[in-house]
Amino acid sequence: MSNKFIVSPSPHVFGKDTTSKLMRDVLIALLPAFVVTVVIYGMQALVLTGVAVVSCVLFEYLIQKFLLKGSNTINDYSAILTGVLLAFNLPIGIPIWMVVLGSLVSIGIAKMSFGGLGRNPFNPALVGRVFLLLSFPVQMTMFDAPDMVRDALYGATDAMSGATPLAYVKDALKNGCSVSEIMPNISYQNMLLGIKSGSFGEIGALALILGFVYLLVRKVITWHIPLFIVGSMTLFTGALWFFNPEQYMDPIFHILTGGVLLGAIFMATDYVTSPMSKRGMMIYGVGIGVITILIRVWGAYPEGISFAILIMNAVVPILNKYVKPARFGVSK
Amino acid sequence: MLKSFRLGGIHPPENKISRGAAIEQLPLPESVVIPISQHIGAPAVAIVAKGDSVVVGQLIAKAGGFVSSNIHSSVSGVVTAVGDFVDASGLRRVGVIIKVEGDTWLEGIDRDSSLNKICDLEPKEIVSKIAAMGIVGMGGATFPTQVKLSIPEGKKAVYLIINGVECEPYLTADHRVMLERAEEMVVGISILAKALGVVRTYIGVENNKPDAIAHISKVIAEYPNIDIIPLKVKYPQGGEKQLIDAVVALEVPSGAIPIEVGAVVQNVGTALAIYEAVQKNKPLIERVVTVTGKKLEKPSNLMVRVGTSIDSLITYCGGLPENSGKVIGGGPMMGRAMCNLSAPVTKGTSGVLIMPSEESLRRSSSVCIKCAKCVGVCPMGLEPYLLYKLADLGRLADTEEHKVTDCIECGSCSFTCPASLPLLDMIKLGKNEVMKIIRTRK
Amino acid sequence: MSSILLFTIITLSTLGVLAAVILYFVAQKFKVYEDPRIDTTEGMLPGANCGGCGFPGCRGFADALVKEDDISALFCPVGGGETMNSIASFLGKSAPEKEPMVAVVRCNGTCDNTPKVNQFDGATSCAVSSTLYGGESGCNYGCLGMGDCVKVCNFGALRINSESGLAEVDEDKCTGCGACIKACPKMVIELRKKGPKSRKVYVSCINKDKGAVARKSCKVACIACSKCVKVCAFDAIKIENNVAYIDYNKCRLCRKCVLECPTNAIVEVNFPPRKVVEPTI
Repeated sequence: MSNKFIVSPSPHVFGKDTTSKLMRDVLIALLPAFVVTVVIYGMQALVLTGVAVVSCVLFEYLIQKFLLKGSNTINDYSAILTGVLLAFNLPIGIPIWMVVLGSLVSIGIAKMSFGGLGRNPFNPALVGRVFLLLSFPVQMTMFDAPDMVRDALYGATDAMSGATPLAYVKDALKNGCSVSEIMPNISYQNMLLGIKSGSFGEIGALALILGFVYLLVRKVITWHIPLFIVGSMTLFTGALWFFNPEQYMDPIFHILTGGVLLGAIFMATDYVTSPMSKRGMMIYGVGIGVITILIRVWGAYPEGISFAILIMNAVVPILNKYVKPARFGVSK
Repeated sequence: MLKSFRLGGIHPPENKISRGAAIEQLPLPESVVIPISQHIGAPAVAIVAKGDSVVVGQLIAKAGGFVSSNIHSSVSGVVTAVGDFVDASGLRRVGVIIKVEGDTWLEGIDRDSSLNKICDLEPKEIVSKIAAMGIVGMGGATFPTQVKLSIPEGKKAVYLIINGVECEPYLTADHRVMLERAEEMVVGISILAKALGVVRTYIGVENNKPDAIAHISKVIAEYPNIDIIPLKVKYPQGGEKQLIDAVVALEVPSGAIPIEVGAVVQNVGTALAIYEAVQKNKPLIERVVTVTGKKLEKPSNLMVRVGTSIDSLITYCGGLPENSGKVIGGGPMMGRAMCNLSAPVTKGTSGVLIMPSEESLRRSSSVCIKCAKCVGVCPMGLEPYLLYKLADLGRLADTEEHKVTDCIECGSCSFTCPASLPLLDMIKLGKNEVMKIIRTRK
Repeated sequence: MSSILLFTIITLSTLGVLAAVILYFVAQKFKVYEDPRIDTTEGMLPGANCGGCGFPGCRGFADALVKEDDISALFCPVGGGETMNSIASFLGKSAPEKEPMVAVVRCNGTCDNTPKVNQFDGATSCAVSSTLYGGESGCNYGCLGMGDCVKVCNFGALRINSESGLAEVDEDKCTGCGACIKACPKMVIELRKKGPKSRKVYVSCINKDKGAVARKSCKVACIACSKCVKVCAFDAIKIENNVAYIDYNKCRLCRKCVLECPTNAIVEVNFPPRKVVEPTI
């Protein structure tokens, strides 16, 4: 024997996926939405995303180095992804220091205090967003519609300036308007293209769906969670709409607004905080869809998917414990 | 739509480099080491001693129990020792060491290559002949074939499924057998079917071997009860339970063996060995071994006498390439890494794979990100991430509850893990420990 | 306004009192009698919950100590004789006599002594490696150095020496609970009498191969030459399965065998340096 052989247990070949490659794929999938945002909101979107990413990475690095005294983990792209997702969930007019504060909460409290990647029970970006939403409700709901959107959407009437479609509708319905009175102000076509106001990453529905297709093709995620969220929302709002179309908006409206697509495709599917088995994923998806609509229709907040995802995040350990995958050779 | 098994599965790169290489006879070695335990079950008992002369095909060790197998000399010559040798894992084992002199075969073995299709033996006689000839499962598990053919009381074999899947990357031994020895193999299959009294026989072949599918289809045209089933390429389709699921859509219950659903699975190599044993009186003394590797000069499929050293196979194929990091006995998914190349080829050696050193080391592992990919690919519907954790913590009762004993050790979880965690290493360990506990319970 | 305040205070207080009363009666009703001595005994035990006594945790052991009439067979290796004596006097029973024991790693197969012939690349676990194959060196018996024992030690008494690649016991921390012995798949670790001033003589090898084979894989392997057996005046050394073993109950620590051993497989620990150092050839 001339050289030392390597001996290891089987298997001896491995797939190409690594944690950082998967995270990078998610970032790539977010690119189209990012492009739409930059086109519509301009430089400010670029600046905010940059700030969020840089501060997330910096906080992770500092905490890892000085508090946890562990090895450097920023190479796995997960902090970058958290930064991008956090930024995408913020309104364009938010002050820079709030973005930094949100990043600190995301990374410091939601992620690193549990031990870092893989151990956090809640989606870090969403914790950051919800923290900001509860702490600074005014700034977090000031959706300054960019000029381009204003021109395209509202024309002469200034009825909706600054409000998201959801907030506008919720307000209008509360004030006694009927759906048929509201509908002329709403354009699904514009929503698909991203011409609406809202958190700046959620606006381009088509771009987000493009990202979803990319993730599916690259097998980064499976279809279960997003489709079950959207499906359950469709059924639930569809039933309400069918029951009283003058009082409740139709399903398409609900799905295209309030960050549902961003949430369903990119936030709910976060590996760490979503269930392990396919059945668990289905229950989780339905839970998110139903809670979102409950909050929207009967709750205080116009959107609700952030809260829905966080609530279902808390249920994930229970789902993992009791909802097992279909075993081979075990009768169901 | 091609058939396949339902749960999980992966698509490792096939790398069937040696698929075009016809089977070659390896020249006789100078000496052979024939281990007395080449099968699952009790070791055989040696019946020769130092100084004895033996001929090819002579019985040198008798089965040491019901689940055991006879062992025959693969060469003619003089026994130089019955004692310790170091196996491929560096462990000391007992074997019969024979110095080769000439190539004299035992009388009664028909070495004529003419096809003999007619078998007049009764099923029971067939099974006892298979037992006498030391046939074991040649897909790698080396389970004594006569045990598999002895149907337990109250059960009935309905389907015979012939495993021509060869889902392990790199390996092509079964593929070559199906191309070059199909006529004999099919006679072997018909003998098997007769021994079992089955209703239908299916040959499952993945459709990455279209030439083999076409060839066998032609050969079986005259056998009305044998069908060939092309299967979608997916690993681990060659797993017994997966193959049954793919071919006849029956799930073998957890903890049970295939006969529970009326199925018996045999490998194509075993079918050929059965033909030779029953029709030609030739014991299992040689087998086809794929010798392959990306850097190997001449990847080949060799007909090798049992007991030949693995070294000599590699030398025949151009020698060990520079920078070889790992030599694997079997395929890359389930094979065993070897540390001693002077170890012999056994009845279960389906391949020798040489991996360059840059492909030999694992990536360093990181933390579990709960991506659920391992759960998605597990063909048994288990939760590898959880079993890994439980086994690592030594929580054996929980490990058992989560069906660790159903694990077929296919390695799909470790293959797919983006954090490169040694999932299967720990799961196997947990499974071993749990099996030990279960055995003491009885 | 004040009436609301008052109403709130009254309601909450009533609820609180009501709950307290219910809880009190429930606690009385479902009270399980437990010998109060169990609590005290548990408090006297070290609380390591290591299982070294053979019971599930310290409480289980305390329970047994209180309930058994004869506790001479029971022993807490962590607390040692002192703890057992005080517990025995508390319970009014006679204490078991046991000498303190300590874990000993019977392998000296350092990287120099036992050259590696291959490289293991799998889960860092002795158990995984040992179920897979013979090991990185030619010796199938020695310490694998991947720290299964370190992982199970509750007292931080074990570590892997990065230079020698072997497990090492810190005798000051080792309590002799025996957890490492169960964890070691090669059964390299053994509990031995701590000995006067921690002095010990033992065979640091368990290689069962024949002499020539053992020697080939390791410079300091026991080759079962029987020289130590002949030199021992106390009949303390035995050879079984090609390996010598020194019975610590018979050994008087004379150290003759140490000098006699041709492969230095027998080691002496914690002795002062020998006075006369004879030059070896």
